[in-house]
Amino acid sequence: MANFIDRRLNSKNKSTVNRQRFLRRYKNQIKKSVSDAINQRGVTDIDSGENIIIPKQDLSEPIFHQGAGGIKDRVHPGNDQFSPGDKIPRPPKQQGQGSGQGDASDSGEGDDDFTFSISKEEYLNLLFEDLELPNLEKNQLDKMIEYKTVRSGFCAEGVASNIDIVKSLQGSIARRIAMSASKRKKLKQLEQELLVLSHDKHDHIQQERALRLEIETLKSKIAKVPFIDTFDLRFRNYAKQAVPTSKAVMFCLMDVSGSMDQATKEMAKRFYILLYLFLSRTYKNIDVIYIRHHTQAKEVDEHEFFYSQETGGTIASSALELMNDIICERYNDNQWNIYGAQASDGDNWADDSPRCQTILEQQILPKSRYFSYIEITQRAHQTLWKHYQKVEESHSNFAMQHIKSVADIYPVFRELFKKNTQSVA
Amino acid sequence: MTKTNDDTAQKTQVTPLDDSPDWTFDLLGQYQQEIARVADFYRLDTYTNQIEVITAEQMMDAYASVGMPIGYSHWTFGKKFIQTEQNYQRGQMGLAYEIVINSSPCISYLMEENTMTMQALVMAHACYGHNSFFKGNYLFKSWTDASSIIDYLLFAKNYIAQCELKYGISDVEATLDACHALMSHGVDRYKRPQKISLDEELKRQSERAEYLQSQVNALWRTVPKKAEQKHEKKNIFPKEPQENLLYFIEKNAPLLKPWQREIVRIVRKISQYFYPQKQTQVMNEGWACFWHYTILNHLYDEGLVTDKFMLEFLHSHTNVVAQPEYNSKYYSGINPYALGFNMFIDIKRICEHPTEEDKEYFPEIAGSNWLDTLHFAMENFKDESFISQYLSPKLMRDFKLFHIHDDSDNNYVEIGAIHNEQGYKKVRQNLANQYNLSNIEVNIQIIDANIDGDRALTLRYTPHNGVELGESKDEVLKHLHYLWHFDVKIVQEMKSGEDKIIASCPQKNKDD
Repeated sequence: MANFIDRRLNSKNKSTVNRQRFLRRYKNQIKKSVSDAINQRGVTDIDSGENIIIPKQDLSEPIFHQGAGGIKDRVHPGNDQFSPGDKIPRPPKQQGQGSGQGDASDSGEGDDDFTFSISKEEYLNLLFEDLELPNLEKNQLDKMIEYKTVRSGFCAEGVASNIDIVKSLQGSIARRIAMSASKRKKLKQLEQELLVLSHDKHDHIQQERALRLEIETLKSKIAKVPFIDTFDLRFRNYAKQAVPTSKAVMFCLMDVSGSMDQATKEMAKRFYILLYLFLSRTYKNIDVIYIRHHTQAKEVDEHEFFYSQETGGTIASSALELMNDIICERYNDNQWNIYGAQASDGDNWADDSPRCQTILEQQILPKSRYFSYIEITQRAHQTLWKHYQKVEESHSNFAMQHIKSVADIYPVFRELFKKNTQSVA
Repeated sequence: MTKTNDDTAQKTQVTPLDDSPDWTFDLLGQYQQEIARVADFYRLDTYTNQIEVITAEQMMDAYASVGMPIGYSHWTFGKKFIQTEQNYQRGQMGLAYEIVINSSPCISYLMEENTMTMQALVMAHACYGHNSFFKGNYLFKSWTDASSIIDYLLFAKNYIAQCELKYGISDVEATLDACHALMSHGVDRYKRPQKISLDEELKRQSERAEYLQSQVNALWRTVPKKAEQKHEKKNIFPKEPQENLLYFIEKNAPLLKPWQREIVRIVRKISQYFYPQKQTQVMNEGWACFWHYTILNHLYDEGLVTDKFMLEFLHSHTNVVAQPEYNSKYYSGINPYALGFNMFIDIKRICEHPTEEDKEYFPEIAGSNWLDTLHFAMENFKDESFISQYLSPKLMRDFKLFHIHDDSDNNYVEIGAIHNEQGYKKVRQNLANQYNLSNIEVNIQIIDANIDGDRALTLRYTPHNGVELGESKDEVLKHLHYLWHFDVKIVQEMKSGEDKIIASCPQKNKDD
């Protein structure tokens, strides 16, 4: 006997719980893999998940098993050449064993790594776990305000297009009832009297006529109560309500002078990618403005920003000025959350650095949510760094970090945005 | 759904069953009925079949939970699922056509994607082959209770889920990790276990938790003993070495919480449930292959299935029972399906058409009733004894088996025996040993728990043929330490005759 059961429609994703457990357990390894993977992305490419690679040995579940050495007797099929007593030099590697602990790089296709995909959500969650946008709550209400009109009850005055018919007619009925109530009462009473008189055996012609006249007058009075009056009219009322804006603009400022080589730019690029991804978790719409500068600043598109080659000296303030101009022109700081990120190798014309400080302190920082400066260099700091340090001391929405190599980027990024930032250490 | 005109030629002698590739539930039923009839003819005694049609994703789920239809939540199943999914999506592996659960009723999964022919093959293979093996083989009879396993798994899943709520995912996970590491040491090899019964489990579970704790407390009572007792000779506990590490932990670990003991018990019980399957892989698969082959051929002889059906069936069948040779790039050891199938076919041949050689090697079965002999073999053996009993010289020649003797002291490996008159017995013996679990799994026993002292747990590793304990021993010890809470170490007797500590946890500095 057999029963057939169609289970195909049964719960799918039975293993979802186990998958979550798995991600939870290997969070650290996965995080590492995520931060490695960030190096290979385009700035605005956030729609895809990520392949995660975990070295196999990290995943193994140890059990007691037999190791090397000793005597092993095995039987194999397909003898084509052996006779008893044949001695065969041992193959260089133990057959049957795994391929050992080769330190294959994680980019290789070795079987030793465990690769799997995580979704975009899982990816971003891991990437930005424990991070938050600084200063967000603090000035959310005193700045960054956009208004939304919302319904707020009814009022007696307004434009005709806002008339609320139901409310108005309700008012009209009420008014008509109120204004005619006493008359109707009287009318009823008179009609009653008339009825009594008319049933009486005696004639009361005079009285009846008088009553009829009175009834007529009352009726016409009642009829004269207007059906609708301006007093009845009700208009829908609207009020403005403040809502925090969800628009953000991100300014990417980069020094493209001769001293910035492609490798340095790549590092800056990765930093921008991270910032973009991070902002995109909080804001629906993000504009990205690329400003590159040498002695002059210019607004460019992404490709030109990262790849075109320039030479010449460096005047960093030009970029800051341009940024300020663009803010004034296009991005009203009441409507936009403004973020700035500047990357440079630290070179700047010495006289220009104080000016950078001034522009930042007086123009940009008051309007910005956050401004970060990263210096990508192996050398000693120069004037720009020193002046920016002064800014950092006095402004909580300014942060600066020093990046030496690619490996620093993600840690530095985490440092800049970690929760409960006390940016002045 | 396909509609075919199977009404047209209904009343002729024998109408072949519809062989169109798409299956329907009607058609499944028809095939099932015919297969059941033939299985009955061959005296296959089975549990009631519960045949469930599932999707590929559900099949991967089933894979991930290592064949438990109801699994508790644990990351390792998530990992297995991801692995399976990846391999499947990249085309590196096909999914098994079926999974069958040793339970009563016997649950078999058929995959939606299979063609009708494959479904028929799977039904004959799983629902009658494996199923009758589960019901008939002595190991399964004595080690597992098919009627209660589903209930027990459900109990386990709910219990562990409850623990997660009460004590947090991390603690439960750590306990499970530790248990999994010792899972293959959770079986009494020499004692027959009690069967798992759900009613009893539930009734006694809370009772047992308290009782166990009190037992443990008695064992570890720290009230100082009288002074004169100090001079008595040292108590050895356990009195005899314990091979069932999980059982020992469950009953004696001093600081385990009651719920942890229950989890240890669950893992131990599940390990026990799978223990017979580990020991009968060749037989079980061979038996199932033999019967799908025999049953479907029987149907073909009766004219119930068509040539087209048979061609597709044979194509799959030959793939399943193929044995690549040792120098093939597809070679990964002996294929249990191939070995088992050919052995059963060979036993049938010996019964029906014995040669002189067979009469010499198998005097008691040559010429006997093949069906009786096959049933007897299925019921009373496990892989190791089955091979040493029934592997015939002819089959060794067919497989061209040869034996390699590999002594790590030499820089060469030696051919010990091959498929010739002098070698048959040796090859057979070595192949049988290859399936002897006590040779494959390491021999580790608890020899002392130092109950009067620092409660350090000592295990002894007894090497088989001088094979060392694998690298992972330190990691496993960490897990054991997690359960035991006090120092643990493994000793091994060296060639010089003295014991040497080969692993310990914590490794040197004692933070406890």
